[in-house]
Amino acid sequence: MKNCYLGIDVGSVSTNVVLMDDNNNIMGKVYTKTQGKPIDAIQRGMKEIKTAIKEEIKVKGVGTTGSGRQLAAMIVGADVVKNEITAHGIAALNFVDGVRTILEIGGQDSKIILLKNNVISDFAMNTVCAAGTGSFLDRQASRLDIAIQDFGKMALLSKNPVRIAGRCAVFAESDMIHKQQLGHNQEDIIKGLCDALVRNFLNNLGKGKEIVGPIVFQGGVAANVGIKQSFEEALGQEVLVPPHHDVMGAIGCCLLAREHAAKGHLTEFKGFDIINSGYNVKGIECQDCANLCEVIEIVQDGQIMARWGDKCGKWNSLVKKKEKLA
Amino acid sequence: MKVTFPHMGNQYVGTKVLLEEVGLDVIVPVDCSKETLNIGTKYSPESICLPLKINIGNFVESINEGANTIVMIGSCGPCRFGYYSILQNEILKEMGHEDVEIILLDAPQGNFKGLLDSIYKLTKTKNPYKIINALVKATRVLYQIDDLEDLMYYKRPRQKNIGEADLYYDELHKKIRGVRGYREVSRLIKETKEKILRIEEDPGREVLRVGLIGEIYTILEPSVNVYIEKKLGEMGVEIEKSLRLSHWITEHLFLNPLNITMDSKIRKEAKPYLKTMIGGHARETIGYGIHYAKRGFDGLIQVYPFTCMPEIVAQSIMPQVEKEYDIPYLCLIVDEMTGEAGFNTRLEAFVDLLGKRKEMKVS
Ligand code: SF4
Repeated sequence: MKNCYLGIDVGSVSTNVVLMDDNNNIMGKVYTKTQGKPIDAIQRGMKEIKTAIKEEIKVKGVGTTGSGRQLAAMIVGADVVKNEITAHGIAALNFVDGVRTILEIGGQDSKIILLKNNVISDFAMNTVCAAGTGSFLDRQASRLDIAIQDFGKMALLSKNPVRIAGRCAVFAESDMIHKQQLGHNQEDIIKGLCDALVRNFLNNLGKGKEIVGPIVFQGGVAANVGIKQSFEEALGQEVLVPPHHDVMGAIGCCLLAREHAAKGHLTEFKGFDIINSGYNVKGIECQDCANLCEVIEIVQDGQIMARWGDKCGKWNSLVKKKEKLA
Repeated sequence: MKVTFPHMGNQYVGTKVLLEEVGLDVIVPVDCSKETLNIGTKYSPESICLPLKINIGNFVESINEGANTIVMIGSCGPCRFGYYSILQNEILKEMGHEDVEIILLDAPQGNFKGLLDSIYKLTKTKNPYKIINALVKATRVLYQIDDLEDLMYYKRPRQKNIGEADLYYDELHKKIRGVRGYREVSRLIKETKEKILRIEEDPGREVLRVGLIGEIYTILEPSVNVYIEKKLGEMGVEIEKSLRLSHWITEHLFLNPLNITMDSKIRKEAKPYLKTMIGGHARETIGYGIHYAKRGFDGLIQVYPFTCMPEIVAQSIMPQVEKEYDIPYLCLIVDEMTGEAGFNTRLEAFVDLLGKRKEMKVS
């Protein structure tokens, strides 16, 4: 029987599940699209992990992160629930001891995390602009009719990159179309886009921040060699991409769960059986006061498991009371 | 005549008392909700700052409950708040509420006459004693409610059962709507204070201290800052706000003419970074940031509405303050698109960071 830890990262675009053993080896990882149905994605991810692992395992701890962390925690029974920034920081530290800068670009979010003495000392997340994120790249790739996997490699072939306005997604897109109409070749346009995205990222998030090496680049977009190269050119330094760069949030959760278990805490994990349960999420609008809160209700096999979203705590505590009675 | 006014945090308690004490019928706008913002967003120019949108929502919701007169405060600063009342007047007209009267109470720049004139118009009495008496009572009630809020800042991170203090606090706000005049409101506040004082604390809690700085409306109105003070409190953070209403009134009504204000001290702090008044509260944002850093706070959080001009300037200066005073700083910008999940992530990560820093300093 092997001891291991489960990490789940539920983002708005993708949901990742990672299983890690006591020696920090990744035993299994799943990267699946959330598609607006986080519960399905969690169940799908867990199921895939389960079928991929042939040995006897014992889950000693579970951690969740991402914008759906609370939901995931509720469903699987998590021991640690952490924000993405801390989770990503922990994971990068495990990859490169002494890392000073983490560049992270995911589907909807991008962030920069600075560390000092192995502790997070500063961070920034994109606020209003989407020009520095993965879905923006996806869209441009499909506009150019190029598979996103080939996108980065094509950028490397460019000899004369065109300059594309990258201040915001709207400008970048229209400028790119303009450059296309001028007849620039695809490699040069793609390279220009990579440069623009990197410029946008550094201007928006890196402003006023000292970017010191070692630098780690992670998140789904880190697979893109074009972006990696643009970062290296812009920063004048080597940029390291971890082997499991796309699931670093989930890896961070595994590490946090392991730490938690090492302190002697027993896990709350509900077991892999939850993949066979039927879940329902209902949104109800409470009419009791002017807040008209949209209360989310999670029902497992006909039984209400959790409610949240209320400002006053009325619905929330309803469940808590029941728990106490049971 | 049924009078209403826009919300701004606890300001409604003072305004309600003021208007009721001069004998008016008051309709307190319902608490700001998503619906309030929806109405406001629908009828306001898209790129205007958030407070105006909420105000419009408040007006409409109150008009629907029978209000026919609106009291607004004005401003003289160069930021857009200066023309809020004019714009709001136009918007309401366009919506077909021509019959609703807007009375503007301009912040008195050292002279009371303008203010009193507007109040005469509103109350249709010329009895200055009645008015001054009401003003004094309103100010007093504002101090009481701000005082209670301070207690909340203290209790939230320390209470044994998370959420208990807010139960009493929310109940108070519900009850205030049901009573009339200074005596009743004041009694309710006192009662609540006693209850909250008695709440059991957990002595083992590590409490962090954070200074909340930024634009006044977003700092004071919990529905637009996504209940940041409650969230921080429950994460174990005690806060202090750079701007509060009772304080603002004392500054502007009583101390300013004498030139002995706290504000001037704060402005001095800000001076090396920002020399002149640029409207809004940019100087206060920077000045208080420094003030809190000097007092050994663990971190600073700035909150402001998207496109707020003075705060953008302050934001660009804050990293320098952060560096020179070695205090972590986080900036949060809110508008009707604000997603709560992202907001929570940033807050949580920031609090994590502050906690780790403190741990390292101690050990
Ligand atoms: S859940 Fe509570 S705060 Fe929300 S609408 Fe219902 S009564 Fe109001």
